[in-house]
Amino acid sequence: MHPETVHTHPDPNVDPHSALHHHGAFRVGIGGPVGSGKTALVAALCRAFAGELRLGVVTNDIYTTEDADFLKRAGVLDPQRIRAVETGCCPHTAIRDDISANLAAIEELEEELGQLDLVLVESGGDNLTATFSRGLVDRQIFVVDVAGGDKVPRKGGPGVTAADLLVINKTDLAPMVGADLSVMERDARARRGDLPTIFLSIAQDRQAVKVADWIRALLAHEH
Amino acid sequence: MTSALLLLADGRFPAGGHAHSSGLEAAVAAGRVSSLSTLESFLLGRLYTTGLVTAAFAAASHHAAAHPATSTAAAHPAAQGAAAAHLATPSGAVEGGSVPRLGDMECAAGSEVLLQLDEELEARMASPATRVASRKQGAALLRAAKMVWPGDGYGLLPQRRDGVHHAVVLGVTAAAAGLSCAEAALIACYSQVTGQASAALRLLGFSPYDIQRLLAQLAGQCDAVAMAATAHAGKDPAELPMFSSPLADISAELHATWEVRLFAS
Repeated sequence: MHPETVHTHPDPNVDPHSALHHHGAFRVGIGGPVGSGKTALVAALCRAFAGELRLGVVTNDIYTTEDADFLKRAGVLDPQRIRAVETGCCPHTAIRDDISANLAAIEELEEELGQLDLVLVESGGDNLTATFSRGLVDRQIFVVDVAGGDKVPRKGGPGVTAADLLVINKTDLAPMVGADLSVMERDARARRGDLPTIFLSIAQDRQAVKVADWIRALLAHEH
Repeated sequence: MTSALLLLADGRFPAGGHAHSSGLEAAVAAGRVSSLSTLESFLLGRLYTTGLVTAAFAAASHHAAAHPATSTAAAHPAAQGAAAAHLATPSGAVEGGSVPRLGDMECAAGSEVLLQLDEELEARMASPATRVASRKQGAALLRAAKMVWPGDGYGLLPQRRDGVHHAVVLGVTAAAAGLSCAEAALIACYSQVTGQASAALRLLGFSPYDIQRLLAQLAGQCDAVAMAATAHAGKDPAELPMFSSPLADISAELHATWEVRLFAS
Protein backbone atom coordinates (compact mmCIF):
# COMPACT_ATOMS: atom_id res chain seq x y z
CA MET A 1 0.00 0.00 0.00
CA HIS A 2 1.25 3.51 -0.69
CA PRO A 3 2.84 4.94 2.49
CA GLU A 4 0.71 8.06 2.36
CA THR A 5 -2.53 6.18 2.05
CA VAL A 6 -4.78 7.33 4.86
CA HIS A 7 -5.98 4.43 6.97
CA THR A 8 -9.34 4.83 8.59
CA HIS A 9 -11.56 2.30 10.21
CA PRO A 10 -14.24 1.33 7.68
CA ASP A 11 -16.95 1.99 10.22
CA PRO A 12 -15.54 3.85 13.26
CA ASN A 13 -18.77 4.11 15.18
CA VAL A 14 -19.83 0.54 14.74
CA ASP A 15 -21.58 -1.20 17.62
CA PRO A 16 -19.02 -3.61 19.12
CA HIS A 17 -21.69 -6.29 19.35
CA SER A 18 -22.21 -6.22 15.63
CA ALA A 19 -18.82 -7.80 14.93
CA LEU A 20 -20.49 -10.74 13.21
CA HIS A 21 -21.11 -8.32 10.35
CA HIS A 22 -17.52 -7.12 9.94
CA HIS A 23 -16.39 -6.74 6.37
CA GLY A 24 -13.19 -8.79 6.40
CA ALA A 25 -12.38 -12.48 6.39
CA PHE A 26 -14.40 -15.09 8.28
CA ARG A 27 -12.72 -15.53 11.68
CA VAL A 28 -12.47 -18.78 13.58
CA GLY A 29 -11.03 -18.89 17.11
CA ILE A 30 -9.21 -21.99 18.31
CA GLY A 31 -8.91 -22.31 22.09
CA GLY A 32 -8.24 -24.99 24.66
CA PRO A 33 -5.87 -26.13 27.41
CA VAL A 34 -2.09 -26.25 27.04
CA GLY A 35 -0.90 -29.19 24.96
CA SER A 36 -4.29 -30.25 23.65
CA GLY A 37 -3.25 -29.69 20.04
CA LYS A 38 -4.38 -26.19 19.09
CA THR A 39 -1.26 -25.42 17.08
CA ALA A 40 -1.34 -28.88 15.52
CA LEU A 41 -4.95 -28.22 14.47
CA VAL A 42 -4.00 -24.86 12.97
CA ALA A 43 -1.17 -26.55 11.04
CA ALA A 44 -3.55 -29.28 9.84
CA LEU A 45 -6.08 -26.69 8.64
CA CYS A 46 -3.31 -24.80 6.83
CA ARG A 47 -2.48 -28.05 5.00
CA ALA A 48 -6.15 -28.71 4.29
CA PHE A 49 -6.84 -25.24 2.87
CA ALA A 50 -3.55 -24.77 0.99
CA GLY A 51 -4.36 -23.60 -2.52
CA GLU A 52 -8.07 -23.45 -1.65
CA LEU A 53 -8.51 -20.44 0.65
CA ARG A 54 -6.67 -17.17 1.24
CA LEU A 55 -5.63 -17.83 4.82
CA GLY A 56 -4.20 -15.80 7.71
CA VAL A 57 -3.23 -16.96 11.22
CA VAL A 58 -2.90 -14.99 14.47
CA THR A 59 -1.27 -16.72 17.45
CA ASN A 60 -1.54 -15.69 21.12
CA ASP A 61 1.12 -17.78 22.78
CA ILE A 62 2.21 -16.76 26.29
CA TYR A 63 5.72 -16.92 24.91
CA THR A 64 5.43 -14.39 22.16
CA THR A 65 6.37 -16.27 19.03
CA GLU A 66 6.60 -19.93 20.01
CA ASP A 67 3.48 -21.08 18.15
CA ALA A 68 4.10 -18.74 15.24
CA ASP A 69 7.64 -20.12 14.93
CA PHE A 70 6.31 -23.69 15.04
CA LEU A 71 3.96 -22.94 12.17
CA LYS A 72 6.71 -21.26 10.18
CA ARG A 73 9.09 -24.19 10.73
CA ALA A 74 6.36 -26.65 9.79
CA GLY A 75 6.25 -24.92 6.41
CA VAL A 76 2.46 -25.13 6.25
CA LEU A 77 1.92 -21.43 5.61
CA ASP A 78 3.90 -18.51 4.22
CA PRO A 79 5.42 -16.73 7.29
CA GLN A 80 3.95 -13.45 5.95
CA ARG A 81 0.51 -14.87 6.72
CA ILE A 82 1.24 -15.45 10.42
CA ARG A 83 1.12 -12.82 13.19
CA ALA A 84 1.98 -13.28 16.87
CA VAL A 85 0.29 -11.20 19.57
CA GLU A 86 1.81 -10.59 23.02
CA THR A 87 -0.62 -11.25 25.84
CA GLY A 88 1.18 -9.98 28.96
CA CYS A 89 0.74 -13.23 30.91
CA CYS A 90 -3.03 -13.15 30.32
CA PRO A 91 -3.93 -15.18 27.22
CA HIS A 92 -7.65 -15.16 28.07
CA THR A 93 -7.68 -11.36 28.40
CA ALA A 94 -6.34 -10.97 24.86
CA ILE A 95 -9.14 -13.05 23.34
CA ARG A 96 -12.05 -12.03 25.57
CA ASP A 97 -11.75 -8.90 27.74
CA ASP A 98 -9.43 -6.76 25.63
CA ILE A 99 -9.34 -7.93 22.04
CA SER A 100 -7.63 -4.84 20.62
CA ALA A 101 -4.23 -6.40 19.86
CA ASN A 102 -5.86 -9.32 18.05
CA LEU A 103 -8.13 -7.05 16.03
CA ALA A 104 -5.11 -4.94 15.08
CA ALA A 105 -3.18 -8.06 14.02
CA ILE A 106 -6.07 -9.23 11.80
CA GLU A 107 -6.36 -5.78 10.22
CA GLU A 108 -2.60 -5.71 9.56
CA LEU A 109 -2.81 -9.07 7.82
CA GLU A 110 -5.72 -7.89 5.67
CA GLU A 111 -3.96 -4.63 4.86
CA GLU A 112 -0.74 -6.30 3.81
CA LEU A 113 -2.14 -9.37 2.07
CA GLY A 114 -5.36 -8.00 0.65
CA GLN A 115 -8.68 -9.77 0.95
CA LEU A 116 -8.56 -13.00 2.98
CA ASP A 117 -11.17 -15.76 3.10
CA LEU A 118 -10.37 -17.14 6.55
CA VAL A 119 -8.40 -16.01 9.60
CA LEU A 120 -7.63 -18.53 12.32
CA VAL A 121 -7.03 -16.97 15.76
CA GLU A 122 -5.23 -19.40 18.07
CA SER A 123 -5.45 -18.59 21.77
CA GLY A 124 -2.63 -19.15 24.20
CA GLY A 125 -2.99 -22.39 26.13
CA ASP A 126 -5.32 -21.62 29.02
CA ASN A 127 -7.96 -23.35 31.07
CA LEU A 128 -11.47 -24.65 30.58
CA THR A 129 -13.03 -21.23 31.15
CA ALA A 130 -11.24 -19.36 28.34
CA THR A 131 -13.50 -18.41 25.45
CA PHE A 132 -13.33 -15.92 22.62
CA SER A 133 -15.26 -12.67 22.45
CA ARG A 134 -17.86 -12.52 19.69
CA GLY A 135 -16.27 -9.18 18.89
CA LEU A 136 -13.15 -11.02 17.77
CA VAL A 137 -14.30 -14.21 16.05
CA ASP A 138 -17.34 -15.44 14.15
CA ARG A 139 -17.08 -19.01 15.41
CA GLN A 140 -14.92 -20.80 17.94
CA ILE A 141 -13.46 -24.25 18.26
CA PHE A 142 -12.45 -25.64 21.64
CA VAL A 143 -9.76 -28.33 21.58
CA VAL A 144 -9.30 -30.82 24.41
CA ASP A 145 -7.44 -34.10 24.29
CA VAL A 146 -8.04 -37.65 25.39
CA ALA A 147 -4.76 -37.75 27.33
CA GLY A 148 -5.98 -34.87 29.51
CA GLY A 149 -8.46 -37.34 31.04
CA ASP A 150 -11.85 -38.56 29.92
CA LYS A 151 -13.51 -36.45 32.65
CA VAL A 152 -12.85 -33.17 30.82
CA PRO A 153 -16.15 -33.03 28.88
CA ARG A 154 -18.05 -33.78 32.10
CA LYS A 155 -16.28 -30.90 33.90
CA GLY A 156 -17.80 -28.55 31.37
CA GLY A 157 -16.87 -24.89 31.54
CA PRO A 158 -17.68 -22.32 28.86
CA GLY A 159 -15.19 -23.76 26.36
CA VAL A 160 -16.64 -27.26 26.44
CA THR A 161 -20.28 -26.29 26.80
CA ALA A 162 -20.58 -23.29 24.49
CA ALA A 163 -17.92 -23.52 21.75
CA ASP A 164 -19.40 -23.84 18.29
CA LEU A 165 -17.31 -26.97 17.78
CA LEU A 166 -15.65 -29.21 20.38
CA VAL A 167 -12.66 -31.15 19.08
CA ILE A 168 -11.45 -34.08 21.15
CA ASN A 169 -7.92 -34.77 19.91
CA LYS A 170 -5.42 -37.62 20.36
CA THR A 171 -7.96 -40.44 20.13
CA ASP A 172 -5.05 -42.72 19.20
CA LEU A 173 -3.79 -42.38 22.80
CA ALA A 174 -7.05 -43.56 24.41
CA PRO A 175 -5.94 -47.17 25.05
CA MET A 176 -2.62 -45.99 26.52
CA VAL A 177 -4.15 -43.60 29.06
CA GLY A 178 -7.19 -45.71 29.86
CA ALA A 179 -9.64 -43.15 28.50
CA ASP A 180 -13.12 -44.27 27.49
CA LEU A 181 -14.15 -42.44 24.31
CA SER A 182 -17.79 -43.46 24.70
CA VAL A 183 -17.88 -41.77 28.11
CA MET A 184 -16.42 -38.62 26.59
CA GLU A 185 -18.94 -38.69 23.76
CA ARG A 186 -21.87 -39.16 26.13
CA ASP A 187 -20.67 -36.40 28.48
CA ALA A 188 -20.01 -34.04 25.58
CA ARG A 189 -23.54 -34.58 24.27
CA ALA A 190 -24.98 -34.02 27.74
CA ARG A 191 -23.02 -30.77 28.12
CA ARG A 192 -23.43 -29.45 24.60
CA GLY A 193 -26.87 -30.49 23.46
CA ASP A 194 -27.04 -30.14 19.69
CA LEU A 195 -23.65 -28.45 19.30
CA PRO A 196 -21.23 -30.65 17.33
CA THR A 197 -18.26 -32.61 18.71
CA ILE A 198 -15.55 -34.16 16.55
CA PHE A 199 -13.18 -36.90 17.69
CA LEU A 200 -9.91 -37.07 15.83
CA SER A 201 -6.20 -37.79 15.98
CA ILE A 202 -4.27 -35.06 14.22
CA ALA A 203 -1.17 -37.27 14.44
CA GLN A 204 -2.95 -39.64 12.03
CA ASP A 205 -5.24 -37.23 10.18
CA ARG A 206 -2.76 -34.59 9.04
CA GLN A 207 -5.45 -32.40 7.45
CA ALA A 208 -8.10 -32.69 10.18
CA VAL A 209 -10.59 -33.51 7.43
CA LYS A 210 -13.77 -33.32 9.50
CA VAL A 211 -12.85 -29.96 11.06
CA ALA A 212 -11.89 -28.55 7.65
CA ASP A 213 -15.26 -29.71 6.29
CA TRP A 214 -17.06 -28.03 9.21
CA ILE A 215 -15.33 -24.74 8.35
CA ARG A 216 -16.07 -25.20 4.62
CA ALA A 217 -19.75 -25.58 5.42
CA LEU A 218 -19.70 -22.33 7.46
CA LEU A 219 -17.97 -20.46 4.64
CA ALA A 220 -20.45 -21.79 2.08
CA HIS A 221 -23.27 -20.58 4.33
CA GLU A 222 -21.62 -17.14 4.59
CA HIS A 223 -21.43 -16.58 0.84
CA MET B 1 -14.96 13.56 39.86
CA THR B 2 -16.99 11.44 37.50
CA SER B 3 -17.66 7.80 36.72
CA ALA B 4 -16.22 8.43 33.26
CA LEU B 5 -12.87 9.16 34.91
CA LEU B 6 -12.94 5.80 36.70
CA LEU B 7 -14.05 4.03 33.53
CA LEU B 8 -11.21 5.39 31.40
CA ALA B 9 -8.63 4.85 34.16
CA ASP B 10 -9.77 1.27 34.82
CA GLY B 11 -7.23 -1.38 33.84
CA ARG B 12 -10.14 -3.32 32.38
CA PHE B 13 -10.79 -0.64 29.78
CA PRO B 14 -10.07 -2.58 26.56
CA ALA B 15 -7.26 -0.48 25.13
CA GLY B 16 -4.48 -3.06 24.98
CA GLY B 17 -2.70 -1.96 28.15
CA HIS B 18 -2.65 -5.40 29.76
CA ALA B 19 -0.03 -6.62 27.27
CA HIS B 20 2.44 -3.84 28.10
CA SER B 21 4.73 -3.67 31.14
CA SER B 22 6.23 -0.30 30.08
CA GLY B 23 9.76 -1.43 30.81
CA LEU B 24 9.04 -3.45 33.92
CA GLU B 25 9.65 -6.84 32.29
CA ALA B 26 13.07 -5.69 31.05
CA ALA B 27 13.95 -4.29 34.49
CA VAL B 28 12.95 -7.55 36.16
CA ALA B 29 15.02 -9.61 33.75
CA ALA B 30 18.04 -7.38 34.37
CA GLY B 31 17.63 -7.88 38.12
CA ARG B 32 16.94 -4.21 38.76
CA VAL B 33 13.46 -4.90 40.12
CA SER B 34 13.24 -7.89 42.43
CA SER B 35 11.68 -6.63 45.68
CA LEU B 36 9.00 -4.19 46.81
CA SER B 37 11.61 -1.53 47.53
CA THR B 38 13.25 -1.83 44.11
CA LEU B 39 9.79 -1.83 42.54
CA GLU B 40 8.98 1.38 44.40
CA SER B 41 12.18 2.98 43.11
CA PHE B 42 11.36 1.89 39.59
CA LEU B 43 7.80 3.22 39.74
CA LEU B 44 8.91 6.56 41.18
CA GLY B 45 11.75 6.94 38.71
CA ARG B 46 9.42 6.37 35.79
CA LEU B 47 6.64 8.49 37.30
CA TYR B 48 8.88 11.59 37.49
CA THR B 49 10.31 11.06 33.98
CA THR B 50 8.08 9.45 31.37
CA GLY B 51 5.06 9.77 33.67
CA LEU B 52 5.37 13.55 33.86
CA VAL B 53 6.10 13.83 30.13
CA THR B 54 3.17 11.69 29.00
CA ALA B 55 0.81 13.35 31.49
CA ALA B 56 1.83 16.80 30.21
CA PHE B 57 1.20 15.65 26.63
CA ALA B 58 -2.15 14.16 27.62
CA ALA B 59 -3.15 17.44 29.27
CA ALA B 60 -1.92 19.50 26.30
CA SER B 61 -3.76 17.20 23.86
CA HIS B 62 -6.93 17.50 25.90
CA HIS B 63 -6.55 21.27 25.76
CA ALA B 64 -5.98 21.21 22.01
CA ALA B 65 -9.12 19.14 21.48
CA ALA B 66 -11.34 21.03 23.93
CA HIS B 67 -10.03 24.56 23.30
CA PRO B 68 -8.33 24.39 19.91
CA ALA B 69 -8.26 28.11 19.27
CA THR B 70 -6.48 29.17 22.45
CA SER B 71 -3.96 26.35 22.67
CA THR B 72 -2.06 27.47 19.62
CA ALA B 73 -2.25 31.21 19.48
CA ALA B 74 1.48 31.87 19.57
CA ALA B 75 2.59 29.02 17.41
CA HIS B 76 0.92 29.12 14.03
CA PRO B 77 -0.50 31.63 11.58
CA ALA B 78 -3.43 29.30 10.92
CA ALA B 79 -4.03 29.13 14.65
CA GLN B 80 -3.97 32.88 15.02
CA GLY B 81 -6.72 33.14 12.46
CA ALA B 82 -8.62 30.49 14.33
CA ALA B 83 -8.04 32.27 17.61
CA ALA B 84 -9.54 35.42 16.14
CA ALA B 85 -12.52 33.41 14.94
CA HIS B 86 -12.79 31.89 18.38
CA LEU B 87 -12.81 35.28 20.09
CA ALA B 88 -15.56 36.38 17.76
CA THR B 89 -17.67 33.44 18.90
CA PRO B 90 -16.81 32.85 22.55
CA SER B 91 -19.53 30.24 22.84
CA GLY B 92 -17.12 27.88 21.07
CA ALA B 93 -15.26 26.91 24.22
CA VAL B 94 -16.75 25.00 27.10
CA GLU B 95 -15.19 24.88 30.55
CA GLY B 96 -14.90 21.50 32.23
CA GLY B 97 -13.79 19.56 29.24
CA SER B 98 -16.67 18.62 26.97
CA VAL B 99 -15.84 19.09 23.31
CA PRO B 100 -17.58 22.10 21.84
CA ARG B 101 -18.89 22.32 18.31
CA LEU B 102 -15.97 23.61 16.34
CA GLY B 103 -15.70 25.88 13.37
CA ASP B 104 -13.48 24.95 10.44
CA MET B 105 -10.70 27.29 11.49
CA GLU B 106 -10.71 25.98 15.04
CA CYS B 107 -10.55 22.41 13.76
CA ALA B 108 -7.57 23.26 11.60
CA ALA B 109 -5.83 24.85 14.56
CA GLY B 110 -6.62 21.91 16.85
CA SER B 111 -5.37 19.43 14.24
CA GLU B 112 -2.17 21.38 13.79
CA VAL B 113 -1.44 21.39 17.52
CA LEU B 114 -2.20 17.70 17.91
CA LEU B 115 0.11 16.89 15.01
CA GLN B 116 2.81 18.98 16.63
CA LEU B 117 2.24 17.30 20.00
CA ASP B 118 2.55 13.88 18.35
CA GLU B 119 5.84 14.91 16.74
CA GLU B 120 7.19 16.53 19.90
CA LEU B 121 6.41 13.42 21.93
CA GLU B 122 8.08 11.28 19.27
CA ALA B 123 11.21 13.42 19.63
CA ARG B 124 11.18 12.77 23.39
CA MET B 125 11.34 8.99 22.91
CA ALA B 126 14.89 7.97 22.09
CA SER B 127 13.99 4.28 21.76
CA PRO B 128 12.25 3.25 18.52
CA ALA B 129 10.73 0.28 20.38
CA THR B 130 9.13 2.67 22.87
CA ARG B 131 7.75 4.76 20.03
CA VAL B 132 6.20 1.68 18.43
CA ALA B 133 4.68 0.59 21.75
CA SER B 134 3.25 4.06 22.36
CA ARG B 135 1.73 4.27 18.88
CA LYS B 136 0.27 0.76 19.14
CA GLN B 137 -1.36 1.62 22.44
CA GLY B 138 -2.61 4.88 20.98
CA ALA B 139 -4.24 2.99 18.11
CA ALA B 140 -5.82 0.51 20.53
CA LEU B 141 -7.15 3.30 22.74
CA LEU B 142 -8.55 5.15 19.74
CA ARG B 143 -10.35 2.00 18.57
CA ALA B 144 -12.01 1.61 21.96
CA ALA B 145 -12.65 5.33 22.52
CA LYS B 146 -14.51 5.80 19.23
CA MET B 147 -16.92 3.04 20.20
CA VAL B 148 -17.30 4.03 23.85
CA TRP B 149 -17.53 7.82 23.48
CA PRO B 150 -18.39 8.50 19.83
CA GLY B 151 -17.75 12.02 18.66
CA ASP B 152 -16.16 14.32 16.12
CA GLY B 153 -13.12 15.22 18.23
CA TYR B 154 -11.12 12.21 17.05
CA GLY B 155 -11.11 13.71 13.56
CA LEU B 156 -8.63 16.30 14.85
CA LEU B 157 -6.00 13.61 15.43
CA PRO B 158 -3.28 13.06 12.83
CA GLN B 159 -4.07 10.25 10.39
CA ARG B 160 -1.32 7.67 10.80
CA ARG B 161 -1.46 4.02 9.86
CA ASP B 162 0.87 3.12 12.74
CA GLY B 163 -1.23 5.01 15.28
CA VAL B 164 -0.93 8.30 17.14
CA HIS B 165 1.05 8.36 20.41
CA HIS B 166 -0.96 7.07 23.35
CA ALA B 167 -0.74 10.25 25.45
CA VAL B 168 -2.12 12.34 22.58
CA VAL B 169 -5.04 9.96 21.99
CA LEU B 170 -5.62 9.85 25.74
CA GLY B 171 -6.03 13.63 25.91
CA VAL B 172 -8.50 13.66 23.03
CA THR B 173 -10.39 10.70 24.48
CA ALA B 174 -10.64 12.35 27.89
CA ALA B 175 -12.10 15.44 26.20
CA ALA B 176 -14.62 13.26 24.33
CA ALA B 177 -15.56 11.60 27.61
CA GLY B 178 -16.29 14.99 29.16
CA LEU B 179 -13.30 14.86 31.50
CA SER B 180 -11.07 17.78 32.42
CA CYS B 181 -7.50 18.49 31.47
CA ALA B 182 -6.31 17.59 34.97
CA GLU B 183 -8.18 14.31 34.79
CA ALA B 184 -6.47 13.45 31.49
CA ALA B 185 -3.09 14.03 33.14
CA LEU B 186 -4.10 12.02 36.19
CA ILE B 187 -5.15 9.03 34.07
CA ALA B 188 -1.78 9.15 32.27
CA CYS B 189 0.14 8.98 35.57
CA TYR B 190 -2.18 6.50 37.24
CA SER B 191 -2.25 4.13 34.25
CA GLN B 192 1.51 4.07 33.98
CA VAL B 193 2.10 3.33 37.66
CA THR B 194 -0.70 0.77 38.01
CA GLY B 195 0.13 -0.90 34.69
CA GLN B 196 3.74 -1.42 35.73
CA ALA B 197 2.69 -2.59 39.20
CA SER B 198 0.27 -5.08 37.67
CA ALA B 199 3.05 -6.44 35.45
CA ALA B 200 5.25 -6.80 38.55
CA LEU B 201 2.49 -8.74 40.27
CA ARG B 202 2.31 -11.16 37.36
CA LEU B 203 6.08 -11.52 36.86
CA LEU B 204 7.34 -11.63 40.46
CA GLY B 205 4.42 -13.10 42.36
CA PHE B 206 4.12 -10.32 44.95
CA SER B 207 1.20 -10.38 47.33
CA PRO B 208 -1.59 -8.31 45.77
CA TYR B 209 -2.05 -6.58 49.15
CA ASP B 210 1.58 -5.45 49.17
CA ILE B 211 1.21 -4.11 45.64
CA GLN B 212 -1.96 -2.20 46.48
CA ARG B 213 -0.42 -0.78 49.67
CA LEU B 214 2.55 0.43 47.64
CA LEU B 215 0.22 2.04 45.10
CA ALA B 216 -1.70 3.70 47.92
CA GLN B 217 1.57 5.09 49.32
CA LEU B 218 2.47 6.47 45.90
CA ALA B 219 -0.97 8.01 45.31
CA GLY B 220 0.01 11.43 46.66
CA GLN B 221 3.04 11.65 44.39
CA CYS B 222 0.98 10.42 41.45
CA ASP B 223 -1.52 13.24 42.10
CA ALA B 224 1.27 15.80 42.45
CA VAL B 225 2.94 14.81 39.18
CA ALA B 226 -0.41 14.93 37.41
CA MET B 227 -1.04 18.40 38.81
CA ALA B 228 2.38 19.60 37.68
CA ALA B 229 1.73 18.12 34.24
CA THR B 230 -1.63 19.87 33.95
CA ALA B 231 0.09 23.24 34.18
CA HIS B 232 1.62 22.59 30.75
CA ALA B 233 -1.72 22.47 28.94
CA GLY B 234 -1.99 25.19 26.33
CA LYS B 235 1.76 25.79 26.12
CA ASP B 236 3.74 25.66 22.90
CA PRO B 237 4.26 21.90 22.36
CA ALA B 238 8.00 22.42 21.97
CA GLU B 239 8.13 23.76 25.54
CA LEU B 240 6.59 20.69 27.18
CA PRO B 241 8.72 18.67 29.66
CA MET B 242 11.40 16.43 28.15
CA PHE B 243 12.57 14.15 30.93
CA SER B 244 13.78 10.70 30.00
CA SER B 245 15.78 7.84 31.45
CA PRO B 246 18.54 6.49 29.21
CA LEU B 247 18.60 3.11 30.94
CA ALA B 248 14.90 2.66 30.21
CA ASP B 249 15.50 3.49 26.55
CA ILE B 250 18.39 1.00 26.29
CA SER B 251 16.35 -1.67 28.10
CA ALA B 252 13.40 -1.12 25.78
CA GLU B 253 15.63 -1.67 22.75
CA LEU B 254 17.07 -4.88 24.23
CA HIS B 255 13.60 -6.11 25.23
CA ALA B 256 12.37 -5.72 21.66
CA THR B 257 15.05 -8.17 20.48
CA TRP B 258 14.22 -10.92 22.96
CA GLU B 259 13.11 -14.15 21.37
CA VAL B 260 10.83 -14.93 24.29
CA ARG B 261 8.93 -12.19 26.07
CA LEU B 262 5.60 -12.05 27.87
CA PHE B 263 4.85 -8.37 27.37
CA ALA B 264 4.80 -6.28 24.21
CA SER B 265 6.90 -3.59 25.90
